[in-house]
Amino acid sequence: MGERTVVLGVIGADVHAVGLRILDYALRSAGFDVVNIGVLSSQEDFIKAAIESGARAILVSSLYGHAELDCRGFKEKLQEAGLENILLYIGGNLGIGQKNWEEVEKKFKELGFHRVYPPKTMPDEVIRDLKKDLGLEK
Amino acid sequence: MKAIIFDIGSTFTKGVAFDLDRDEIIGKAKYPSTVNEDVTIGIQNVISEIERQTGLNIRDFNIKKATSSAAGGLKIIAIGLVPDLTSEAAKKASLGAGGKVLKTYSYELTNSDLDEIVLLKPDIIILAGGTDGGNRYYPITNAKKLSNLPLNIPFIYAGNKDLQDEIKNIFLSKGKEIYITENVMPEYGVINIEKVQNIIREVFLRNIIHAKGLDKVQELIDGIVMPTPLAVLKGLENFSEIYGESLLIDVGGATTDVCSVAKGDPTQSNVILKGLREPYVKRSVEGDLGVRVSALSLFDAAKKDIIKSFSQDKVKLIEEKVKFLSINTSYIPKNDEDLHLDAVLAYFAVKIATERHVGHIELVYTPMGTLLFQYGKDLRELDKVVCTGGPLIYNPYRLESLKGVIYSNDEPFILKPKNPTFYVDNEYIMFAIGVISEIYKDKALRLVEKYINKI
Repeated sequence: MGERTVVLGVIGADVHAVGLRILDYALRSAGFDVVNIGVLSSQEDFIKAAIESGARAILVSSLYGHAELDCRGFKEKLQEAGLENILLYIGGNLGIGQKNWEEVEKKFKELGFHRVYPPKTMPDEVIRDLKKDLGLEK
Repeated sequence: MKAIIFDIGSTFTKGVAFDLDRDEIIGKAKYPSTVNEDVTIGIQNVISEIERQTGLNIRDFNIKKATSSAAGGLKIIAIGLVPDLTSEAAKKASLGAGGKVLKTYSYELTNSDLDEIVLLKPDIIILAGGTDGGNRYYPITNAKKLSNLPLNIPFIYAGNKDLQDEIKNIFLSKGKEIYITENVMPEYGVINIEKVQNIIREVFLRNIIHAKGLDKVQELIDGIVMPTPLAVLKGLENFSEIYGESLLIDVGGATTDVCSVAKGDPTQSNVILKGLREPYVKRSVEGDLGVRVSALSLFDAAKKDIIKSFSQDKVKLIEEKVKFLSINTSYIPKNDEDLHLDAVLAYFAVKIATERHVGHIELVYTPMGTLLFQYGKDLRELDKVVCTGGPLIYNPYRLESLKGVIYSNDEPFILKPKNPTFYVDNEYIMFAIGVISEIYKDKALRLVEKYINKI
């Protein structure tokens, strides 16, 4: 573990576990050390796991449409916890309807996320971005 | 085969003699502890009394072992990173090893933390922090700070495995004694305390007994084998081997101990486990709940309930009595009123200590419906409770006190046992059973069957 450690979880009152399993599997297969904190995770759960595990990225999943509410203040809490440099991704059903993706993406970037993924994104794309953002590409 | 098992406590040195061939207690004695002058005086007096009772000579006893909670017990400071993760794991490990946790620290130690640590005079410091491969900064920084303290005590490192060599060198370069062991939390949320507990016991045997001047007992007996609370915990493990999952409550003058040997898995559907997993064998100690030295803090903790349950005059009376007991700490109840008051205090000690030990359920309202989060152990189905300690062994009103263990519909989310059967350690030998079980398992089990009785 160390420079390839990432924290993965489903935020808020969301219990959708399937996507999380798939991401967990794909990330591990790609050589990442995954700290999977599971469904129904609070912002604090992500932060505590990231501190203890020394993770370099937090990957947030949300499917039930309340991600915006669940992620408000997350960036600020990370700053408080001394994790202001951690990489922050989010993906899933990020807004009910999601009519205009650009708007959704902008909103979540404002909330502090470095990358925002729409539904039907394949794990390979996330892995590629992670490797690039963490400087793991040869 | 004969055995004498001693408990060198802070107030009394006790001894129980057994005829192990007949699974029988053949003698019992106690004498005020003489740890401050010479620990052997107390032991010698107990031996003399038991020799008188049994007509045997001390040389006739094949097993002569002791446990100790003297000289303040085994005082541990636990340091971790995040309060409810590695700090909590380090604390749980220390308690389960029979230690007395003076204080728990988290994140980076400040100068005032360090000053406080020196003043607290711990016997051992446990440093944890980071999962394996995880955080490096905090364990290293804290190790550097701790290694500079003017403390000549053993340190145990049970944090991020990657730092083991580095941490070892930090302490060794300052001439400190350092033990390295497995991480208390190797992965996020996974608690691993057995290895560090073994090291704590090893350090206790190798250093602490000597440091406290207790090794002098070896002139008279084989030696001290473990801290008393650990022996009691082992006693309960033996009880559980016969009767299944169980809980033990030990109410004392200064503290109330609660131990459980139980998984505590959810007993209802739709429950989601949250927080750090609890160890199967768990011990918690409440330093503010006791019926003598800690009577005042017990009164404070129970004040709301006491006011609810008694008339104004009675509350005043209780408060007066509590003040008296907290000063006259060796007071033995003289009349029915005294006994009744002791039982009331014990009830609240039992109630609050059990509430703090067991898990609880939190209701969470979500768009997906109502969810139940369970933190800690669900002991509602657990059906065996063992009680020990003066107020629960000798008080005729103890069954009233023990009601504090039982689940209440008024507090439906506190996961206490619903319908337990109570057992009592009438002869006060739980610690001795723990010691004997390490030598003759089968004999220890037979002593449980014979002497730990259903109320």
